[in-house]
Amino acid sequence: MLSFLQYLISGLSLGSIYAIIALGYTMVYGIAKMLNFAHGDFIMIGSYVIFTVVTTLSGGSIPGLLVAIVCCTLIGVTTERIAYRPLRGAASPLAVLITAIGVSYFLENLALLVFGSDTKSFTPVVSWSGLVLADGKLRIQGVTIITIIVSIVILIALQTFVNKTREGQAMLAVAQDKGAATLMGINVNRTISITFAIGSALAAVAGALLCSAYPSLTPYTGAMPGIKAFVAAVLGGIGSIPGAMIGGLCLGIVEILSKTYISSQLSDAIVFGILIIVLLVRPTGILGKNIQEKV
Amino acid sequence: MKKFKTIVSVTMAAAMSMALLTGCGGSSAPAAPAASAPAEAKEEAAKEEAPAASSDATFKIGMIGPLTGGAAAYGQAVQWAAEIAVDEINANGGINGYQVELKCEDDELDAQKSVNAYNTLKDWGMQFLNGSVTSACSIAVSEETKIDNMFQITPSGSAQDCTNYDNVFRVCFSDPAQGTASAQYIGQNKVASTVGIIYDSSDVYSSGIMENFVKEAANQDFEIVSSEAFTADSKTDFSVQLQKAKDAGAELVFLPIYYTEASLILQQADAMGYDPIFFGCDGMDGILTVENFDTSLAEGLMLLTPFSADAEDELTQNFVKTFQEKNSIVPNQFGADSYDAVYAIKAACEKANITPDMSVSDICEAMKTAMTEITVDGLTSVGMTWEASGEPTKTPKAVIIENGAYVTAE
Repeated sequence: MLSFLQYLISGLSLGSIYAIIALGYTMVYGIAKMLNFAHGDFIMIGSYVIFTVVTTLSGGSIPGLLVAIVCCTLIGVTTERIAYRPLRGAASPLAVLITAIGVSYFLENLALLVFGSDTKSFTPVVSWSGLVLADGKLRIQGVTIITIIVSIVILIALQTFVNKTREGQAMLAVAQDKGAATLMGINVNRTISITFAIGSALAAVAGALLCSAYPSLTPYTGAMPGIKAFVAAVLGGIGSIPGAMIGGLCLGIVEILSKTYISSQLSDAIVFGILIIVLLVRPTGILGKNIQEKV
Repeated sequence: MKKFKTIVSVTMAAAMSMALLTGCGGSSAPAAPAASAPAEAKEEAAKEEAPAASSDATFKIGMIGPLTGGAAAYGQAVQWAAEIAVDEINANGGINGYQVELKCEDDELDAQKSVNAYNTLKDWGMQFLNGSVTSACSIAVSEETKIDNMFQITPSGSAQDCTNYDNVFRVCFSDPAQGTASAQYIGQNKVASTVGIIYDSSDVYSSGIMENFVKEAANQDFEIVSSEAFTADSKTDFSVQLQKAKDAGAELVFLPIYYTEASLILQQADAMGYDPIFFGCDGMDGILTVENFDTSLAEGLMLLTPFSADAEDELTQNFVKTFQEKNSIVPNQFGADSYDAVYAIKAACEKANITPDMSVSDICEAMKTAMTEITVDGLTSVGMTWEASGEPTKTPKAVIIENGAYVTAE
């Protein structure tokens, strides 16, 4: 029983990381209606910035995080301006999707060039070692607790921002109908820029927590967690902010438990198999809204 | 995922070019000192009758390896060590009373250039080939040596396919043989009685070692209590694999994986308060170079290696000293493999009474038998023997990390 609890905690710990990445994914998708496949690489860039500030320049973790948030926000807004905005009116929505994949490879190779391919060991931002319960049989890592708290805080802040502020209302309007929002006097470009700024700032926070939990940093650090977090966002209902949180936690727990009780080799097959089943039964995900397409 | 291979290859390329920079101080001219003026005069004559053996009264050993380019640190070590071995042999009266000549050719880590280098050496009158240094080049050259029935011994081509033909032998452990050797080392030295394994099931190197480790473990006095895999797509979270090894009571965790994942495993084991002995293979070499890695986590980590420059036996000490006088760097395992390769050629020649006037093919036939009958006390092992398949049988050695440095383990 205790070991089951320990595995459950491991699942929560992995899931909380997926959740915090998925929040950024789903935020951008929910408003701009585009999948930013480069989100995982924004995370990687953010982590490298923190690494550079903390280790190379011997600054503290907090200044490192702040610099990373600023850098990621700038990169996010610039990417959106240069690579995504000109394609927003393109005939096929695939164009911007392919561009996002291109941006992802561009950032990975840029990092290879700038930071090199050798693995760097990240100094965890969270130094708290966590809780030890039941005579050392149960351990909850500090970074897990912090990640869950930070995710919940971000979740509440995002919900409040979107529902209570003018900018948030503008985002909801843009998400529903860009043309109509323009007619209502909303600056669509500015609204989407703000969305990217928020999503990318979240990427920096996610990067700090991802690399604190798994402190090995390479130019490909963000790639796989990014894809898993995308799956989590879809599982939870893409576009839904609480859905991303629930989807992330579910995915982490399913992954760890299937590794534990079924097979450590098949865990990914099982995770993605579950995704297929969920989408067959409930195509909108756990919390997704079922919007009828008008013909 | 292809990405992992890319990372590994780029990492290795970067590491090698770093090593190249440090190694540049030494001589990098491909011509060996032993191949002096008379050799050039005879070259023309040798060309005429190649590949038949020349009637010169010297043995001609050719060496192929990446002397320049990304893997130059490997190729140069092989060249320098072969030169040391040949100089020693000549100073002590040669092989069967005949002096030995050595000629080294560059393949720049390119399989096609390796074959060109082989043809150049064949024109020179080569009778034995010490090379190539890397697996892919070695395999490409073995296709040619097979046709010519030329004796080939690769110092460091570890891929299984390097010794596909009966004229090819190797000095290093093959990739899968590292699994067998690790199990033997752990069993014979009673390092632990319960062993857990964490391996990468999506990587042929890792799963190959794991399979042979498990096979050999059945003959050894320890028990495998857990064997858990990960894949290239989920190689960040090892909490389950470690927890299972911990719950199963593994005193030692065998990690036949690359050091990038191993560094994460060490960190996560530390975070969960699990402190077994960790044991790796050659992919673990490099863990101390991870930037900003807390090397205290690697304290007590053991890894299997054929050669450790700090070994105190006279042979190693003399070799390291001569090598450093020549190039002011500490020799790596590639140099040691090459040194042993030359002495293996010597031992087999003496066993079969080979003389330089024999044809290349006759020499090769005699060597094939002689190689399985000799025992060589070399740098990489005492009492090395070879099987007809080309695989060496040798005593595995291990190093342990103490105070952030490799020390020979007991």
